[in-house]
Amino acid sequence: MTTEVGSETEVKKDPEQVGPDKAKDKPEEASETVENEKSGKTSSEEAQDSSSVPAPASHSSPSSQKKEKDSSESKGISRFLPPWLKKQKSYTLAEPKDEAKKRAAGEEQVVEESECHPPEGMAQPKRILEVVAENNAKADDKEEKHSVSSAETQPAKEDGKETEVEKVAEEKEEKQEKEKRETKEVQTAEVISQKSPKKIKTVQSKVVLLDGTEYTCDLEKRAKGQILFDKVCEHLNLLEKDYFGLLFYENSDQKNWLDPSKEIKRQIRSLPWLFTFNVKFYPPDPSQLTEDITRYFLCLQLRQDIASGRLPCSFVTHALLGSYILQAEMGDHDPEEHHGDYISEFQFAPNQTQEMEEKVAELHKTHRGLTPAQADSQFLENAKRLSMYGVDLHHAKDSEGVDIMLGVCANGLLIYKDRLRINRFAWPKILKISYKRSNFYIKIRPAELEQFESTIGFKLPNHRAAKRLWKVCVEHHTFFRLLSPEQPPKAKFLTLGSKFRYSGRTQAQTRQASNLIDRPAPYFERTSSKRVSRSLDGAPMGISDQSLLRDFPTTGRPSAGDKIIDLEAAGQGKLKEGGREDDVSPLKTPQLELTQDGKRHASRTEGPCTGVSDADKSSHETLDIVEEKKQAEVGIEETLVVDETDKGKMQVAADAGETCKVEHLSKKDSSSLPSYSSSSSSSESEDEEVGEYQPHHRAIEEVIREEQEEEEDVKRRELEEKIQHVEDTPQSSKPTVPVESMQVTAEDSVQENAIIIPTEEKNLSEEIKEDLGEEKEEEQLKLNGDVSHVDIDVAPEIICCSEPPVVKTEMVTISDATQRTEISTKEVPIVQTETKTITYESPQFDGSADGSAGVLLSAQTITSESISTTTTTHITKMVKGGVSETRIEKRIVITGDGDIDHDEALAQAIKEAKEQHPDMSVTRVVVHKETELAEEDED
Amino acid sequence: MAGLGGGPGAFGRCTHAVVRALPESLCRQALRSAAGPEVDFARAEREHQLYVGVLRGKLGLRVLELPADESLPDCVFVEDAAVVCEETALLTRPGAPSRRKEVEAMKRVLESLNLNIVEMVDENATLDGGDVLFTGREFFVGLSKRTNQRGAEILADTFKDYAVSTVPVHDSLHLKSFCSMAGPNLIAIGSSEAAQKALKTMQQMSDHRYDKLTVPDDAAANCIYLNIPSKGHVLLHRAPEEYPESAKVFEKLKDHMLIPIANTELEKVDGALTCCSVLINKTSEL
Repeated sequence: MTTEVGSETEVKKDPEQVGPDKAKDKPEEASETVENEKSGKTSSEEAQDSSSVPAPASHSSPSSQKKEKDSSESKGISRFLPPWLKKQKSYTLAEPKDEAKKRAAGEEQVVEESECHPPEGMAQPKRILEVVAENNAKADDKEEKHSVSSAETQPAKEDGKETEVEKVAEEKEEKQEKEKRETKEVQTAEVISQKSPKKIKTVQSKVVLLDGTEYTCDLEKRAKGQILFDKVCEHLNLLEKDYFGLLFYENSDQKNWLDPSKEIKRQIRSLPWLFTFNVKFYPPDPSQLTEDITRYFLCLQLRQDIASGRLPCSFVTHALLGSYILQAEMGDHDPEEHHGDYISEFQFAPNQTQEMEEKVAELHKTHRGLTPAQADSQFLENAKRLSMYGVDLHHAKDSEGVDIMLGVCANGLLIYKDRLRINRFAWPKILKISYKRSNFYIKIRPAELEQFESTIGFKLPNHRAAKRLWKVCVEHHTFFRLLSPEQPPKAKFLTLGSKFRYSGRTQAQTRQASNLIDRPAPYFERTSSKRVSRSLDGAPMGISDQSLLRDFPTTGRPSAGDKIIDLEAAGQGKLKEGGREDDVSPLKTPQLELTQDGKRHASRTEGPCTGVSDADKSSHETLDIVEEKKQAEVGIEETLVVDETDKGKMQVAADAGETCKVEHLSKKDSSSLPSYSSSSSSSESEDEEVGEYQPHHRAIEEVIREEQEEEEDVKRRELEEKIQHVEDTPQSSKPTVPVESMQVTAEDSVQENAIIIPTEEKNLSEEIKEDLGEEKEEEQLKLNGDVSHVDIDVAPEIICCSEPPVVKTEMVTISDATQRTEISTKEVPIVQTETKTITYESPQFDGSADGSAGVLLSAQTITSESISTTTTTHITKMVKGGVSETRIEKRIVITGDGDIDHDEALAQAIKEAKEQHPDMSVTRVVVHKETELAEEDED
Repeated sequence: MAGLGGGPGAFGRCTHAVVRALPESLCRQALRSAAGPEVDFARAEREHQLYVGVLRGKLGLRVLELPADESLPDCVFVEDAAVVCEETALLTRPGAPSRRKEVEAMKRVLESLNLNIVEMVDENATLDGGDVLFTGREFFVGLSKRTNQRGAEILADTFKDYAVSTVPVHDSLHLKSFCSMAGPNLIAIGSSEAAQKALKTMQQMSDHRYDKLTVPDDAAANCIYLNIPSKGHVLLHRAPEEYPESAKVFEKLKDHMLIPIANTELEKVDGALTCCSVLINKTSEL
């Protein structure tokens, strides 16, 4: 199931990739292995797969060991961490590899191979790596877990058997013939095959659609949410699906978003397989949607919202909106046809009066000539202005026990008391979002005249409500704040959220993808609004169903895959969004490096921690699972996606870090070292008592470091891990943490950026401004001296421990004139010949920015040169509000011909900078590339 | 289509204005936050007539003038008795008990305009229209001595389309004692610490970014913006004779038709420009 999800996305990819893959046997193998792994989501299966596939494939000792570990892990962890976590990891890895292979068969792969010795193919190496990482991580976790839950392991084995049986049955029966066909093909093609193997058991699931009709389909018992979601969207003929999601009701009033990256079964547990298809992210400007059909579904959702009272509006607005509904449904007013109580069949408002219906009819007459699509657009233009449009409300109490409502929306967090807005925290103002038990915290950037950030706590009805709110915040922030298409890195960072992250596309990305939609406007039949208007779920306002927990795309892959597809479709070969996840690493060097690093990290971390596998699992698995497996999850995640892991780490680093979403389950954290980054992973686990999310980009890198450190320290921290602790610990831990990992993360980020850029740049000037301070000086010195070391001493970066740089994710903007791209880290590579100017910024503290001017204490400028780079370091010390701040700006000019890998150089520079200035945070990276084409983007 | 204010472009549109003559009792009995010189009734009347004349004659509004009521010394300040937004009017429950009856006449005149009338019947609620700032996108309600949380809640219930945010007001009578809208997205704000603090609060609470027009004098920050089809942006502001420095700031608004109006007498009893009228935009004729 989970595998299925991945498989679907993969499938999409595959077709595209297939060509190349086929061309290259290795990639196919990898994919196959992946599939196998996916198919064998069950722990046993996984173990088998891993063992069978990787073992044969990889003769290398590490791989075998890993395999063994995996098997063991899988058994132990299997239940906790669904196979798919592992699988996902494998997927991600495999995909990246595949892509990498395809595009640049490269050195990177070699590196990986070298580590793993992938006998079968490139894919295997990746797998191996993943596996290894998992093994390591898992090993620790497993040990712990095993001891804890030996019984669980057995079940897992059983599952494996079942799965096997299922596979057999499937092969014979082929209930889903089509799929099986695919699977057959898959065996060759790989991707599709995943489904086939597991399918034996199917479950009928029902989805209530927005028009009130019900969609029924059979799913594999282990299907991931993405599979169902994709089926529904296919049924609806909906392409712009990132705004939507599937809900299931825990209780009559507790809505949860189905996480597409996790197995459905694990999310709904014993609940019936009954879902509702809903809008998850309300687009602030519906007119920017590409297709009318998308607007139509949004209209249907809003009709529900309005009729149920969730979206309050005035009498006049009720009447106006109702009149557009009539126009869309019934066309022009016809005095002969439309008379009497024809209107009463529609529900426009919770309390519909005769007077209102008369007003509706009156207004309906004025809309003559509007097509249904135009009427929908008018409806949306008015609905979007409602103050509660797109606001996901959650009941809470403030610190004094007063009942309030927390509203999550595209712009931030709103605080209501009764109907009154009593406070508002825009995303840029929020440094960190976290929850602990039933408490939800936001850390606020200091105001202009304030020196210290403040943390505001709210009491939610229970732990699950707190986590639900937290996830909604993470998702909304990621979806809406990471605007530029180039932000994949950001997305990564943001999404990272230690445990849970939003793995889907951001709004910017989905818009980008939507631009590629090239099909005639699909015909769709409008259902009677009567049905629609009857609120399916007249949920009370208080409930925040909207908050979507799930990540749209399955963890990294789906998104990446989609992105990739789009790109291909677009014909843009370059970096595009795929970057988010390591998997998609079209870009050569950056991704590769990243992946490698990630792998290394994973392996390293895993080795010591053994939590990796768990982490992976956690990330993939849904919340529920996570709860059980808290610790394990972390480790697993790491293995899965390097980038993600980094992100996750970033989260940990909250203090230093800026944005990353850090969700550390205290437990999980402790258990798993590095790996949070992976998708939903740790954060998602319901049990997780603690979750953190830092909205800043750069933070991610830092976070990663922290996480690693944390992992090491995990045990200590476990108890402490409250949000604050997390932050603190990271700092402390940082020193301990292996530098390598740190570097890697930095690199990843950097690389990502680079990747985005397209790489071929003649001149790179990076300016990294760092805030914070004391260490900066030292760093600078080093940098200067180091210049020789690194091609690009990116020293610029500085990691600040003290203040979370707060940088909003937004900060980092990569603008490629030519490419929007996806900044996924993967494609760092380099030198193609394009001229681009890329500016990376990680906003620092807004406060500082806004800020008040400080008093300049000192300033110095240091210049150093190496063969291809010139580094200018400008250090300034300021005193603001009694706090001294050291800002180091490094300008690195990389000059060279096309052969120079600027991205790499940049990445190194940043890495070094971070290493050198562990206490500093990188608040801003501006990359200017001057190439022949001379494209410039700034941001 | 009256939907939600008709969009940003419709802000300041106005067809009708409700005003009320001032009673002689105002001079001695009107509530005032601080002791000071007595109101020169004759001059106050002249200023008020000029004010009404601008609305009626210069701007072409249909002005509905209520007669003075000597038993209601503050009745000239009609703004406090009703909040009208689009087709809906909320009759308030003024914070000062002596002013509660002012609402009755207001109710009658608004009913004559065929507006949707909502009355504030909750005896725990108080709301002065002077505490209500409508920006075209949302409401800000000052929580002052005259307006309480419950009153603000009722306002929010009345105008459900809009966000209603509360702003603490401590040092002034009303929220609009130091601010007002000077344009579709422009908030005129006084320079006092309290005014600036309130502005920050409003900025934080809003999803929108407003431009601000800071004037040296808090009282001068209360101005009246209108969007008159034949005249474009119109701004009634305090005369240069009263607040020369603030007037200079207004004079920088090149796109606005500026109309200075003196309000020296009513200011003695805390009256500001917006206090003396309720502006209504009737899009559909009766």
